[in-house]
Amino acid sequence: MVPLSWYLIVAAILFCVGVFGVLARRNAVAILMGIELMLNAVNVNLVAFWRYLEPDKMVGQAFAAFVFIVAAAETAVGLALIISVYRNRETVDVENVDLLKW
Amino acid sequence: MTTLQVMFFFFSLITVAGGLYTVIARNLFHAALGLIVSLAGVAALYALLEASFLAAAQVAIYIGAIAILIIFAVMLTRGVTGKNPVKDWWTYTITAIVCLLLLVVLLTTLFRFDWPQTAQAAVPADSIARLGKSLVDPSLYVLPFEVASVLLVAALIGSAYIARDKK
Amino acid sequence: MNVINDPFTWAGNLIAQWLSGFMPPVGVDVTMMVLRAGVLGVFALVMFMVMTWIERKGIARIQDRIGPNVAGPFGLLQPIADGVKALTKEDITPTNADRMVYNTAPILSAAAAMLVFAVIPFGPGLIGADINIGIFYILAVGGLGIIAILMAGWSSNNKYALLGAFRVVAQLVSYEVPHVLSIAAVVMLAGSMSMITIVEKQPVWFILVLPVSAIIVLLSGMAEIGRSPFDLLDAESEIIAGHHIEYSGMKFALFFLGEYVHAYAVSCMVAVLFLGGWSGPNIFGLTVPYLWFFIKSILVFNVMVWARGTLPRLRIDHLMAFNWKFLVPLSLANLVVVAAADRLAQAVGFAVGTWPWALVMLAFNLAMIAVALAMVGATGRRARRATESRAMPEAETHEEEAHGVDAERAPVAVGAH
Repeated sequence: MVPLSWYLIVAAILFCVGVFGVLARRNAVAILMGIELMLNAVNVNLVAFWRYLEPDKMVGQAFAAFVFIVAAAETAVGLALIISVYRNRETVDVENVDLLKW
Repeated sequence: MTTLQVMFFFFSLITVAGGLYTVIARNLFHAALGLIVSLAGVAALYALLEASFLAAAQVAIYIGAIAILIIFAVMLTRGVTGKNPVKDWWTYTITAIVCLLLLVVLLTTLFRFDWPQTAQAAVPADSIARLGKSLVDPSLYVLPFEVASVLLVAALIGSAYIARDKK
Repeated sequence: MNVINDPFTWAGNLIAQWLSGFMPPVGVDVTMMVLRAGVLGVFALVMFMVMTWIERKGIARIQDRIGPNVAGPFGLLQPIADGVKALTKEDITPTNADRMVYNTAPILSAAAAMLVFAVIPFGPGLIGADINIGIFYILAVGGLGIIAILMAGWSSNNKYALLGAFRVVAQLVSYEVPHVLSIAAVVMLAGSMSMITIVEKQPVWFILVLPVSAIIVLLSGMAEIGRSPFDLLDAESEIIAGHHIEYSGMKFALFFLGEYVHAYAVSCMVAVLFLGGWSGPNIFGLTVPYLWFFIKSILVFNVMVWARGTLPRLRIDHLMAFNWKFLVPLSLANLVVVAAADRLAQAVGFAVGTWPWALVMLAFNLAMIAVALAMVGATGRRARRATESRAMPEAETHEEEAHGVDAERAPVAVGAH
């Protein structure tokens, strides 16, 4: 049997990899990829808790399903914003789009 | 070492390796492919946790839609120079140290508790039907479900409007 | 069970018995699993050869010619000849192509198509894995094929390949919406996503109960594969093969294989969902469920070949308009109408699965088809009248000044005034 703590460790490692991706990348799309990794790590945590602690209540699965939905909506809007910024500024390097008005 | 543990190690290795490749690869398309590998590994972990609906939903939503969106964005925002600029090595090192510290904090918090070694109960046989019912039950989750659909409509209209050609 | 009823399980038991003579039970289990997976894979590949033969002969007969008849009797060895040709062709890789992604894309495309066969029930116990999310698994695996197309388009280092890949992916992702919605109607009636349960819930075949869903699933399935009449974006005369311009030899053969295996997988899925799967009368007192399944899936594939040989290609804007303006509202309406009709029939007292219930559902579905066609006809008539009135502006304005009639009631035959 796989102990619950192993799943939580994997989720923690994946979350930290996502944080590294968000902090250490200059391209906006790469930052979004790091955010997706973090959301997936959170989902793994939720589903592992559901399975090991309360498998007969559907709370865990419903919560994870809602995280899917929110991640999809946020990715769509985030990528639309990035494409719009690229059209205006010809770059998606976050080091160069750091002023509110220029 | 039971087969379940071997499979768990294999799939979590794929997931973490894919994630590492995503955040390290210089070529953005390769980073997107690493993300897809990582998402597939997470789907396999869901299947190991007997959340079959979520495993299929992960592949269908994340790999079948979100990853495609990300690849489109990578292709549409390719820099003129071709090579992606990166931060200098000093920033990389500090960021890596900070992330490792975060990992240490998470793991120490995790090990403070006494988690169960095995599952407390079995997953009910009709878990998918129960999930469906819980999403439309007035005393359960029908309100977040409806709000989520409104959120998706707002995201659809908003992203179509923001990304449209303004000519 | 005897040999004719279920030769596969009988053969499987024989092999398992022979293996357990010299292997521990764990080894026997693993070997049987690998053997089953291998048999499914080989079945998919053999059916690919049969499908290409059926397609070439079928289209040839529709076009009043004979088709391949040189390689073997009736051209039966033609697929083998094609395979040999593909193997001996020169394998070109464009310069500056991304080697690893370029080589992986055709493999992923073929593999994603073959993965579907794991959940197709060929008979009452003949299924690779009876998971409780059978039909959802098929929809999920479809997404992997789309990634393969994007990989092919990107790694070819060719802007036409990239453009072709974009447009194909836009088409595939758009046609997933009515596909999923119509399959949701089937799942709603069957009460489960497991393929075996869906077959068992069909004493009356679902094609008679849900004809609208069947048509939409078949149409969007054909669009998902990228077959005619939806193959504008990778047809030879249009964009010169789109995302697989730069592929030759065995890699192109793998893409080709992926397309036909996917077509057969969609045919099998339609046969299971709508045509009752493996149900059929006994032949000479023997139950042969796998034979009936085979016949039904080949029948659906023949319908696809027929559509390819007969219908002209759709233009890209027609394709998208057909999807978003017709199929999606129709599938949403279908979901609501099917749910209402089901509840109505049950409230009146007909049990699910009986003929009166099926007739009520069929009546509602036919009403929906009639309403949809009437609306499309009215829209077409309005568009035709608008173009006619635009084409003859001076005659129309004279009429309006003279008679003061509004444009809607303007007569079609202008010469009458």
